[in-house]
Amino acid sequence: MRKTSTLERIRLFGRAGIDVVATLGRSSVFLLHALLGRGGAGKPLQLLIKQLYAVGVMSLAIIVVSGIFIGMVLSLQGFNILSDYGSEQAVGQMVALTLLRELGPVVTALLFAGRAGSALTAEIGNMKSTEQLSSLEMIGVDPLKYIVAPRFWAGFISMPLLAMIFSVVGIWGGAMVAVDWLGVYEGSFWANMQNSVAFREDVLNGVIKSVVFGFVVTWIAVFQGYDCEPTSEGISRATTKTVVYASLAVLGLDFILTALMFGDF
Amino acid sequence: MQNRTLEIGVGLFLLAGLLALLLLALRVSGLTLGSGNDAYRVYAHFDNIAGLTVRAKVTMAGVTIGKVTAIDLDRDTYTGRVTMALDNAVDNLPLDSTASILTAGLLGEKYVGISVGGEEEVLTEGSTIRDTQSSLVLEDLIGKFLLNSVNKDQAN
Repeated sequence: MRKTSTLERIRLFGRAGIDVVATLGRSSVFLLHALLGRGGAGKPLQLLIKQLYAVGVMSLAIIVVSGIFIGMVLSLQGFNILSDYGSEQAVGQMVALTLLRELGPVVTALLFAGRAGSALTAEIGNMKSTEQLSSLEMIGVDPLKYIVAPRFWAGFISMPLLAMIFSVVGIWGGAMVAVDWLGVYEGSFWANMQNSVAFREDVLNGVIKSVVFGFVVTWIAVFQGYDCEPTSEGISRATTKTVVYASLAVLGLDFILTALMFGDF
Repeated sequence: MQNRTLEIGVGLFLLAGLLALLLLALRVSGLTLGSGNDAYRVYAHFDNIAGLTVRAKVTMAGVTIGKVTAIDLDRDTYTGRVTMALDNAVDNLPLDSTASILTAGLLGEKYVGISVGGEEEVLTEGSTIRDTQSSLVLEDLIGKFLLNSVNKDQAN
């Protein structure tokens, strides 16, 4: 390893900081251009539907399957602990609140980053490396409008829908385990849940969370694809970055949003 | 043709999302549409509301007939004022009914129980229940018990 002087280290550190700020600025300008810039080629609705299919519908399977299993596990774990206190009726309330407030939006966003975000990055990165993006520019089509904007909107729309579907199948899976297998009385399971879950505080706050996550994850994904080095190595690095950055952003933002929504300050 | 299946797939996806929201609203959070109209408000002053929360249920004979909508401190009397929304279907509660704060089970949630009085007049929108029984605070109870045993020792 080459020996670097202290001064050099400080210089590199400062350079890295400036790079981060520059990337942030570049991605914001990129997003503004993609969303607000005028004039696109083709029918925007057709493009959007195609991307909604690729981003949303194709992610349904993994969301539904993991939702059911997470609901079932929550129900099993909750039942074991709650039955020690003789209050196993509260398992419905526990499963519903956990899913609606936290796990629904967060786990969906993490899965979404892995399933759809990485695919978006790789697709756009590949277009860049095979110079499809510059060819589009050549024939007078803005790739930001034609390629990036429909993908961004598709992710932004799909994410809350997926999160809601995740919560519903999770609660259904939890109900199946608790009511059918563990013998919690069905009436008190649902009644406890309905008594403790408030539509505005719990359901809507969860939806707001998933909207924010959808925005951030898709933004990171399309930007990393657009900004990657146009080599196969660069694409693989960008895909990794998408998943890592998106997951970190989701978890960090979740803390902030939870503190704002449920933290009482 | 390819386009058509795509559109149908996306349409089903959007429908599934909306259906999920509807299920969350109606089945999970028990949201009822237009619930603001079929309830009337009644107030009750308690010396101590310890543990009662907003959205706690209001029951009569074990049947839920409403919920607590607000809890605040009455500045003049230094008592906790509980605002309850009662079902319009139950509009024949006598004015001298008693409201007490009860606990479901040993460690369960607090709720308001109303026991019926005997007066002719009934509670209407904005009226106040005068006869109240406060929440049972375990610390007070233990304090009284200790004081009692100390007094007994002195008497002996």
